Amino acid sequence: MMLYFARMAREARLQLLSAYENIELAQRVLGELCGSAEIDDETTYWVGMALREALANAIKHGNKLSSEKRVLVHMLVVDGQLQIEVEDEGDGFDPSCLQDPTSPGNLLRSSGRGVFYMHQFMDEVNFCAGELGGTRVELRKQIGARRES
Amino acid sequence: MKTRIRDVGGVRVLDLEGKITIGSGDVELRKSIEDAVTSGHNNILLNLQKVTHIDSSGIGEMVGCFTTMARKGGKMKLLNLTPKINDILQVTQLITVFDVYDSEPDALQSFKS
Repeated sequence: MMLYFARMAREARLQLLSAYENIELAQRVLGELCGSAEIDDETTYWVGMALREALANAIKHGNKLSSEKRVLVHMLVVDGQLQIEVEDEGDGFDPSCLQDPTSPGNLLRSSGRGVFYMHQFMDEVNFCAGELGGTRVELRKQIGARRES
Repeated sequence: MKTRIRDVGGVRVLDLEGKITIGSGDVELRKSIEDAVTSGHNNILLNLQKVTHIDSSGIGEMVGCFTTMARKGGKMKLLNLTPKINDILQVTQLITVFDVYDSEPDALQSFKS
């Protein structure tokens, strides 16, 4: 269930309950925003995957699937850049604790790749304390023009 | 995610379609593989041709199933990676872990060697 939704031509704000099905909703909104901004399909796909990882972390690790906690999402296209912020109401997160999933000892671990993928799919990934007391992840990507088919 | 199950020459082939992502496809993938193992299939081939999205949770399930199968003396291999899934496996270097095939006959034959 989505608690709040506002979208202008190049900006969208969402308030989501901590449920995985809302990841689909948010990715759909991002897809529409990217379409409005004429962002090419390849970029749209990968930023969508980065958004999915950020939301999965917020819902699972941040809010621990609590139905009483929200996830705030802000998407903005400005100055040739797509900016996405995802904020949870969890206890905070220290990204320095993350291990490299490509190191031989971690290769066969069944978790620990989400943040790594965000870094791969975006130009910039930052973690900071959010206004709700949890974690805010900021994702940025320079955007290209839509390819002519 | 949709799963079509085929048994071909002693290999359980799972034709997967859609998203293998957190909360839906990842759980279904695990269940399909658990069902295969429970019914005595030690050789599993995942056909990913129609998989549109796979996230870190889906990748984690694949890795978990791969190691579980290996511990039981079985094998899990991958067939028909899309370019995007190939990219996802490349960046995490998991492409070096999985046996990957572009041809189903070749993949099926490999279980016999």
